[in-house]
Amino acid sequence: MDAVFFWMFAAVMVVASLLVVGQRNPMYSVLLLIVSFAALSGLYVLLNAPFMAVVQIIIYAGAIMVLFLFVVMLLNVRTEEDGAETHRPFDIGPGPRRFGAGLAVVLAVQLIWALRRIAEAPFVPAGPDAAAQTSVYAIGLRLFREYAFAFEATSVLILVAMVGAVILARRDPHLPTRKEQ
Amino acid sequence: MLPEPTLNTYLALSAILFSIGTAGVFLRRNLITILLSVEVMLNAVNLTFVAVDRFLGTVDGQIIAFFVMTVAAAEAAVGLAIIIALFRHRESLSPDAFISLKW
Amino acid sequence: MSAALIAQLVVIGFTFFMLLNSAAVLVLMERKVAAFIQQRLGPYRVGPWGAMQPLADIIKLMMKEELRPKSADTFLFYLAPILCATAAFAAFAVVPFGADTTFFGLLDEPVKLMATDVNVGLLVIFAITSMGVYGIVLAGWASNSKYSLLGGLRSSAQMISYELSYGLSLAAVIMLAGTLSLREVVDAQAGYWHLFGVLPIPKWYIFLQPLGFFIFMTAGVAETNRAPFDFPEAEQELVAGYHTEYSSMTFALFFMAEYINMVTVSAVSVNLFLGGWHGPFLPEYLGWMWFLLKVFALVFFYIWMRWTLPRYRYDHLMEFGWKWLLPAATLNLLVTAGVVIWMGW
Repeated sequence: MDAVFFWMFAAVMVVASLLVVGQRNPMYSVLLLIVSFAALSGLYVLLNAPFMAVVQIIIYAGAIMVLFLFVVMLLNVRTEEDGAETHRPFDIGPGPRRFGAGLAVVLAVQLIWALRRIAEAPFVPAGPDAAAQTSVYAIGLRLFREYAFAFEATSVLILVAMVGAVILARRDPHLPTRKEQ
Repeated sequence: MLPEPTLNTYLALSAILFSIGTAGVFLRRNLITILLSVEVMLNAVNLTFVAVDRFLGTVDGQIIAFFVMTVAAAEAAVGLAIIIALFRHRESLSPDAFISLKW
Repeated sequence: MSAALIAQLVVIGFTFFMLLNSAAVLVLMERKVAAFIQQRLGPYRVGPWGAMQPLADIIKLMMKEELRPKSADTFLFYLAPILCATAAFAAFAVVPFGADTTFFGLLDEPVKLMATDVNVGLLVIFAITSMGVYGIVLAGWASNSKYSLLGGLRSSAQMISYELSYGLSLAAVIMLAGTLSLREVVDAQAGYWHLFGVLPIPKWYIFLQPLGFFIFMTAGVAETNRAPFDFPEAEQELVAGYHTEYSSMTFALFFMAEYINMVTVSAVSVNLFLGGWHGPFLPEYLGWMWFLLKVFALVFFYIWMRWTLPRYRYDHLMEFGWKWLLPAATLNLLVTAGVVIWMGW
């Protein structure tokens, strides 16, 4: 049963991610990425990590993707513009980009080849410590003891990001916009 | 019957997703889609952490994945703010529109 | 199929059916209560006391012509109301509405009166509620109309802002109960305290968390987009906000989602703060009556508020959310944490 779910979620994730990359409309890209996150959340459930599954939905799908959606709506760019009419010096043409994509395929082949060299590692069946592993309690204890410093550092990081985002996105009255130039 | 997933299956899935994200960063010429591709890569890495976690029977991987998510949130906030600021100046989302160091 | 499995399926089907009906009943209730507040009669022609009015409304909505703006994004235009309704139904899946029951001795094993019991139930509700915003944002974007777009943008900003206070007031209750399962939260509220040794007070969290309850309810009103926080569909400014361009059944889905969300928020707050199905006088197996009564009272409160309070101004709403509600929720959480540590619960 778990195997069926695994292959279903895996297929959904790969197809959705491919479409995210293959879409020209950023709105659909964002939505397909949410589909992919939902499938990933299902994989987390299969991996005995319900907390991660829920957090994936709350943080990624519920907060980060809404931010993306908000920006897509705000800028209201329906489709990606073609590069042909906006040709500039040093413009990276389609050739080098395809080369880069080819490198990505090479990366995938390399990674999978490297993985093949490890022996098959089946998961140990859920033993007595499986419950400890899935419980939010265990994660909380470890997070606030061993990783307490990292946790606090994250809060500083988020504060900096927040201030940075506000300053960057603020309309600067001294800088002329393109229309005025 | 479908083969039972092992750690290697999860890692292979994660590798494929990571490569899709990488290809997206190279191929797309829309700043928002490039950021989305980076998110795909981050999630591929998260999947690795949680899968290895399940294999070793610990919770440390989940905690690291949790940190990755918070960093991703910060990255998205700043990245999108930069995109909005850039869009105001050039009315374009193509990275090719921002090749000059100064304007 | 075992008897337990059939019983579980019956419970799931029953939950779904009752949620569907609750939307219809609440429409009638809203119109009747509004009429009472405004000293009119309200619907009274269809059936006795206008009781068949929701049925007539449904038939009317189904007969209406389906309109779609020419420049709308067809796929997303139809996806949006479906997402909205799905999220509304899905959120109720982890809400229990009664103690474990054997259906008056019909079953050997007691069955849980909830669609599914997840050990991170509270987080699941939070996650699914945060998904509801997509339906509204997509409706606003896909309609390709300025009123819809403004309504959608407003609602996403509003829901994200109030979600923080919503989550923080949830966290305080989680700390008191020490569990993420709604069923266990309710069970932690069984029994009584005795004030001055005599006066019994039920062990409901509303008495420990009055501020938390207030924050939760206020944020709940904002999350469900009800008056006085109904900016996404403020008629005077935005026609009908995100569902301006919708008609017929697609509109009915949005309408239904709003009422079901209201029921869900009320049910969750009953479980978190008002002791769920625990109450005096009634035996344990009739606890669901208490639950229904409490949910009904909260829903009535919602309707009462809608027809009594004027709409806020949008900037006031944002200011209230960020400058008052969020600090209050943070303070509430800190004080609760301090007390929990001090008392050693």
